[in-house]
Amino acid sequence: MGQRQQVLYLWLAEAALVMPVVAWAFHDGSSGEGPGIPDGDPPYATGEAALKDGWMLLQTPHVPPIEKGQEHEPAYLSYEFVFERRVDIAP
Amino acid sequence: MPAADHRLTSREMTDFVADGCLVLEGLIPADINQRVIDEMKRVFQAKIARIAGQADRLDMPPQPDTLEPLSACYAPPSVIGEYLRLPQVEGVITSLVGPDPLFDHDFVHFLPAGSEYKQHLHVDAIVDSRDPGFDIQLFYFPREVRPGEGGTRYVPGSHLRFVRAEGVSRYQHIVGERQFSGPAGTLLVAHHGLWHCGLPNPSSADRWMHKVRLNPTRPQVRLWNTDDLDEVHNGPADHTFANASSTSAAARFRTMLPWQQGHEARLEQVARARLWRYLTDDPSFDVDYYLTRLESRRRLTENED
Repeated sequence: MGQRQQVLYLWLAEAALVMPVVAWAFHDGSSGEGPGIPDGDPPYATGEAALKDGWMLLQTPHVPPIEKGQEHEPAYLSYEFVFERRVDIAP
Repeated sequence: MPAADHRLTSREMTDFVADGCLVLEGLIPADINQRVIDEMKRVFQAKIARIAGQADRLDMPPQPDTLEPLSACYAPPSVIGEYLRLPQVEGVITSLVGPDPLFDHDFVHFLPAGSEYKQHLHVDAIVDSRDPGFDIQLFYFPREVRPGEGGTRYVPGSHLRFVRAEGVSRYQHIVGERQFSGPAGTLLVAHHGLWHCGLPNPSSADRWMHKVRLNPTRPQVRLWNTDDLDEVHNGPADHTFANASSTSAAARFRTMLPWQQGHEARLEQVARARLWRYLTDDPSFDVDYYLTRLESRRRLTENED
């Protein structure tokens, strides 16, 4: 048996894991041999819901310092949480 | 838009400011939609040949130059020119970037039936300046695109975020994103900052789309039909935690897309207020008092000496 990594990015509305998911991305190192993510828009309502479904948290976002002149400039989605799941696959 | 005046109304302009796009269903008549396909095929072949470094053939259609006034592009008997000079299309263009803007570039997007080609989410610029002026892009779909047939994916409300072109590719899905669908002759008009991408074409029909980018040549101030501006526009005191109108521009600008939540939504309000200030040339306009509060306090400290 070999292991492959599945990675799930969830962008949340705010900095806490219990906040709603506003965007997501799923990358499947098992090429479909492992489980997928739930159908849904979004697949999980919150970051915490992903934890309860077995995803392991890899990274929480820094709350970035606010630079002078940039206080009111929206840019990328701020609150990126990264999860992983390791999947056993047949050799 | 009013029947007698093809320019956008103030209400439609607030929709554009909030969403970064307008979908004008069936704006182009069937006659043009049918005739334009042949020209789009030839333009597509010519552009691919030029990109590949091949010499122009005599039968290739002329290509407008960047910086050429739009009125000089695609001269008769071009059907693309015919579409661009329709009064209802000129009215939209005039409202947003003024009469006779500059041609930036265009491209014909062709995806054969069953094609699995897809793009990742992107913006058509490296990164833009922070001034409020903007270009527009017209996405013209001469054939019907039914729901699920993979028309352009786009994220309403994304246009005012300062991002790099490919930096948004990391978002595979955003809550509230849309896939274009609409009847033949539909025009999607977008702010240049709108996040978008092409999707596969699972349908049994080839998909054609002509996209053109246009640059303004004058300040984009009150270029639309302003007959309803007085009833839409509001002053700096339109504040949701004090007294707020339910029909004002501010009311429209505090209406968020599903992915715009929390304090990020308030940043969107500020960005929309800044753009509306530019478009109306009213530096006192505000939504929920955010800008006015800061500016008033800044004036006090600046006058301390």
